[in-house]
Amino acid sequence: MTALPETTELVDPVPGAAAPHLPDQRGVDTVQLLTPEGDRVEHPDYSLDISDEELRALYRDLVLVRRWDAEATALQRQGELGIWASLLGQEAAQVGAGRALADTDTAFPTYREHGVAWTRGVDPLHVMSLFRGVDNGGWDPVATGFNLYTIVIGSQCLHATGYAMGVQRDGAEQAVLAFLGDGATSQGEVNEAMIWAASFAAPVVFFCQNNQYAISVPLERQSRVPLYQRAAGFGFPGVRVDGNDVLAVLAVTRAALQAAREGQGPTFIEAFTYRMGAHTTSDDPTRYRLASELEEWKLRDPIARVKAYLSRSGAAEPQFFDDVEAEADELAVRIRRGTVEMPDPAPTEMFDHVHAEQTPELAAQRAEFVAYRASFEEEQ
Amino acid sequence: MATKQFKLPDVGEGLTEGEILQWLVAVGDTVTVNQPLCEVETAKAAVELPSPWAGTVTELLFDAGTMVDVGAPIITIDVGGDAPAATGSGLIGETNANGRTAVLVGYGPRTTEARRRPRRGAGPVGTPVVMPVPDDAPPLLATAPDMRTKPVRHGGLEVGRQAEAAALSEAAAPAREAAPGRRGPRPLAKPPVRKYAKDLGVDLATITGSGAGGVITRADVDAALSGAPVAAEMATSAPVDGEQRIPIKGVRKATAAAMVASAFTAPHVTEFLTVDVTRMMKLRARLAARPEFAGLKLSPLLFVAKAVLLAAERHPMVNSSWDEAAQEIVVHGRVNLGIAAATPRGLIVPNIPDAGRLSLAELAAALGELTETARAGKTAPADMTGGTLTITNVGVFGVDTGTPILNPGEAAILAFGSVRELPWVHKGKVKPRQVTTLALSFDHRIVDGELGSRFLAEVGAVLHDPASALAY
Repeated sequence: MTALPETTELVDPVPGAAAPHLPDQRGVDTVQLLTPEGDRVEHPDYSLDISDEELRALYRDLVLVRRWDAEATALQRQGELGIWASLLGQEAAQVGAGRALADTDTAFPTYREHGVAWTRGVDPLHVMSLFRGVDNGGWDPVATGFNLYTIVIGSQCLHATGYAMGVQRDGAEQAVLAFLGDGATSQGEVNEAMIWAASFAAPVVFFCQNNQYAISVPLERQSRVPLYQRAAGFGFPGVRVDGNDVLAVLAVTRAALQAAREGQGPTFIEAFTYRMGAHTTSDDPTRYRLASELEEWKLRDPIARVKAYLSRSGAAEPQFFDDVEAEADELAVRIRRGTVEMPDPAPTEMFDHVHAEQTPELAAQRAEFVAYRASFEEEQ
Repeated sequence: MATKQFKLPDVGEGLTEGEILQWLVAVGDTVTVNQPLCEVETAKAAVELPSPWAGTVTELLFDAGTMVDVGAPIITIDVGGDAPAATGSGLIGETNANGRTAVLVGYGPRTTEARRRPRRGAGPVGTPVVMPVPDDAPPLLATAPDMRTKPVRHGGLEVGRQAEAAALSEAAAPAREAAPGRRGPRPLAKPPVRKYAKDLGVDLATITGSGAGGVITRADVDAALSGAPVAAEMATSAPVDGEQRIPIKGVRKATAAAMVASAFTAPHVTEFLTVDVTRMMKLRARLAARPEFAGLKLSPLLFVAKAVLLAAERHPMVNSSWDEAAQEIVVHGRVNLGIAAATPRGLIVPNIPDAGRLSLAELAAALGELTETARAGKTAPADMTGGTLTITNVGVFGVDTGTPILNPGEAAILAFGSVRELPWVHKGKVKPRQVTTLALSFDHRIVDGELGSRFLAEVGAVLHDPASALAY
């Protein structure tokens, strides 16, 4: 996982302090359907008809995904995972976007989209095996409509755009959802992908989780304008959504994917959210973030507002919340056991999945490696 | 009863050691899965380690403050039952039911020796196996003291072959230099120790390592720094007839030499000023409530430092040195603000480099860090050199003022007395006000009475009425 660079360089502890002329990034043109207090509000462009059952299902997704994340973080601290990239705080952005996908759509994740993986039916243990280093991602991207994790920052946007252009040429009514972070918007690949997507009106939606930090670098260092406004420069719509509001994310992403399927070209969605934890388990966010900022974002928790709405509107009984908690604990136990008991792969496995068909060179290397290993005496 | 030992994992990517900052559990405590056990600081971050098991703590294997190698057991937990680890816990270094030895992903446990299995026979087995190693093959892993410990970790087959060749030649020439203390072109030390030595200005090449394979440890660096095997700084002899003899060394010796040099080369003048600082104290309370100062310590010293920096900007001669050899006065472009600190090791004066460019919040953070480091006795020598102007906060000891002696090479030092509530004439009436006394000593060779007085008066004016700083 060398591609997750570890930066300890100290930047301005107060985001934007070095550039006071920048606009306040918060509160501008943000689509919101459920306030942090749990009040349902309407938006002129994005309405959402949602049943109580669907609401409860979203709540369950959010809680289970957070529990998985907490267990994975603990397992890393216990030496069972090489590294973990926590999604804490970004559950609504991921679950909302994931649940907006149709079964036939395809998503291209970064390495943090555990919540999307969950909505696509990927077994959490497949994701855990990747972070434990026993495989390179074991799920079937075609069957799940969920591509393998991409560690290199931003390159999945090119893959997604290329895939979308293929969908277009097949004449299929499918959409592609490319995930990226705020830091990735500074990458060349991402900008190239957006130019290609715009030029060919490819059926791709760029879903940017703006969690405010590219490892330690605050957003203000990355962009002079709010990120969603950049879409205008590429020639397609950009919209900012409250990334901690699962309903708004669902509505906005659903609309963008539908537009893509209908041939209206790409959309850029900026899900305005916050990474409550560290960049990865190798990072110490207290070196570059203020505690007060974290406290502020705690008040915008993505799960608390859904719970408040569910209980206040009578859409869920107290028993429901207890049941979800219990299910989350069971999930955690399953993930813990499954992870700890994962067998190590055979050393020769590294040769087996490089190409769809084995090349003669690789076959020779494999044979040589097998013979080399066999040349040692048995362990006493 | 079955006990399990939790070994320090690699919580970052490629860490080799961590310091146990504090234990969050004690022997006898009942713990649950994922309950935080301790806080560990590594080269990357300070993190909490959660318990992998539920059970009762039976043993803490290291004290807080200890640097522990990754892979070393740190705590023993009684997990109940009587089949020890029968199901396999996946614990690092432990062999599971499936015969697999769990290791941290990518990194072997340091406490178990990764010994290389011997090869069968001498000849090649099967088709192409061992390629001849060229005579000019580069020496393997010049920094590794023992080839056998990590042959395969650094690049697979090719390295394995080289390791073999090296091991063979080692066997052929047993009369080689003894392993401990063996030096490659680069002294052996772990990266955190390298950095530690670098920060302290210690050249690793001058040290003989006491660790396994001649590796230089943190203690070796400390020992090299103090010029002797580590000993208590203020070691004293037992009292004889009520009289105690304390060897003059370390910080005490350095302080003495500096004070004598200063007192007998720079003609000192000291001036005093008593100021009503009530407004400053009110400002301090107001600022403390602001979010940008959250978590920062807003001590009165901070405001004195700011006032000194403002005044020094207007009177740069105060921030200067007398260069006797060159017969020149050196006016420093930047203020490296020294803060005299009482530490367990004695008086030291670390400084904040280029303090004039810092905002109030940054200055507060820098002061906090400086005092904390000094109190912990971790101030690096580099942080104590290059000071240009000093403040000594005698007020913290509850005294009103003093006549400070210049830090050698500096032209001025300000002593800041305690802030007390005193009867004071304020707007024509006697009122209880917060009052302090400032004392400025200056080198009369550089600073005349007029300049010294102005400087002191300006520092006092800013403390009396912080708003007046706007006029600067």
